Amino acid sequence: METPLTKHINPEQPPLTVTEYEKAGGFTGLRKALTEMTPSDIIDMVRNSKLLGRGGAGFPTGLKWSLVPEKAHGSGIKYLIANADEMEPGTFKDRFLMEGNPHQLISGMIIASYAIQAQKAYIFLRWAYKKSEAILRKAIAEAYEAGYLGNNILGTGYNLDLYLHSSAGRYICGEETALINSLEGKRGIPRAKPPFPATSGLFGQPTVVNNVETLCWIPHIVEKGPEWFRKLSLTGEGGTKIYGVSGRVKKPGLWELPMGTPLREIIDEHAGGMQDGYVLRGIIPGGGSTDFMTTEHLDTRMDFTSVRSTGSRLGTGTIIVLDDRTCPVAFILNLIRFFALESCGWCTPCREGLPWTEKILKSFEEGTAKPDDLNILSFQTRYMGPGNTFCAHAPGAMEPLQSGLKYFKDDFMRHIHEKHCPWR
Amino acid sequence: MLSHKEKEEIQEEISLYPYRAAACIDALKIVQRHRGWISDDAVEDIAAELEMARDEVDSIATFYTRIYRKPVGRNIILVCDNISCMIMGFESVYKHISEKLSIRFGETTSDGRFTLLPVSCLGDCHNAPALMINDDLYSNVAVGKIDEMLEKYK
Repeated sequence: METPLTKHINPEQPPLTVTEYEKAGGFTGLRKALTEMTPSDIIDMVRNSKLLGRGGAGFPTGLKWSLVPEKAHGSGIKYLIANADEMEPGTFKDRFLMEGNPHQLISGMIIASYAIQAQKAYIFLRWAYKKSEAILRKAIAEAYEAGYLGNNILGTGYNLDLYLHSSAGRYICGEETALINSLEGKRGIPRAKPPFPATSGLFGQPTVVNNVETLCWIPHIVEKGPEWFRKLSLTGEGGTKIYGVSGRVKKPGLWELPMGTPLREIIDEHAGGMQDGYVLRGIIPGGGSTDFMTTEHLDTRMDFTSVRSTGSRLGTGTIIVLDDRTCPVAFILNLIRFFALESCGWCTPCREGLPWTEKILKSFEEGTAKPDDLNILSFQTRYMGPGNTFCAHAPGAMEPLQSGLKYFKDDFMRHIHEKHCPWR
Repeated sequence: MLSHKEKEEIQEEISLYPYRAAACIDALKIVQRHRGWISDDAVEDIAAELEMARDEVDSIATFYTRIYRKPVGRNIILVCDNISCMIMGFESVYKHISEKLSIRFGETTSDGRFTLLPVSCLGDCHNAPALMINDDLYSNVAVGKIDEMLEKYK
């Protein structure tokens, strides 16, 4: 089984330097892209690979790039941004990729920038990732030194500057238009779309925002071709995926596996199954803003399409496990509290609805909830559903709640009847 | 008044952007690095430097979690209270630190040595529970090791 993304990652060792990565053949894709291919060749190739964005939404990367106009208006500048603001509860994959092999990300960013003819690129990094920051700063300096960044890259006449921006906190900055506002020094509030960033993004210029894992794929796809990429997968969606598991399993961690690896295999084989004395009740497949899946879904192939058919989303592919000794209501309350705290406050349903929902869930935990509170919770999932809010923040927050109400209704009822949390 | 050094560092950030106000978050971070927190005077000074309204700078300063608009201790303890850490027992970690230092979330010890704050997911979920002290990340935090951990920070 091939593991292109993690092949050169050894968490026990410092990451490869620019010279070591060169020796390992690491810049082959970059060299090929810049010296043998036109920007539109690269976009076509990425489109053919059918690479889907790995930040959670699964938007086709090639399509996103193809929406960027050839000639930029205004200052004439185009931007590429690596979204490294990883903060989805339960998600820890981009940190692993950045700290393990920074030059893979950097070469992916250079190729992506060349493909859309961007002159400036940014890594928008989560403030908490101090180790990633140090590793990336060193790697960027090495890449300049080696002639992969700056003016006249590899003698091709192509110029690119790459900056690292460390953020100042707030989950919403992972939303691409909020990220752009934050990079402009403003409050991180999402923007109305259209216009989409591809035509009017950072400082009003054409901008592409891609997730770290997505960008890490680009050098490999360019080097080995779209067909190779598609064949890595067990399903129709190409590539491998970095899957992760946290919670009460024997071996929590991250693994690069073929896209579409069944949920049961990830939990039982790779994560070692449940810890002794704990029973699996459900999972959240891809970060806090995805719907629960339960034991009936264990044979689901973990790709975007198959997970969608269970009513959930693959999201970031980092799984959180709910065990029988953790209260499902407390689990959901914890997630809703996070989303309430992280709401940017711009639109009313989200700003007011999330704290209200948090308050009701808290009353379940405190034993003061009434039967009608279940109806109110259920209304909230509709009021804050897709289409009723400015961005996807509140609808995402509603996903674990709406599926929790469906799968764990009896547990909610027990809180009402027993007038306390049965797990406390 | 911004110090010469602060001004110099802010100027360097401004030069990377098309207009001055775009360096606002960088400027806040720079001043906080020198002073520990952002006072009302600091907001005013940054506003003048970036040719912005004072309230505009304040609206940005108060938006971001890692900009402190109140004084903080010499060391900041950030305990993750998100889902994976909750499952793996963040509460006993919090309880131990809170009792040991006699402060709750949002408070600073009377000697100004520690401020204790909750933090959203640190991206270390497979090593939960996790916490950060200043720039240092601690994984798989065991309650029995916390006292020793805190000793390093004066």
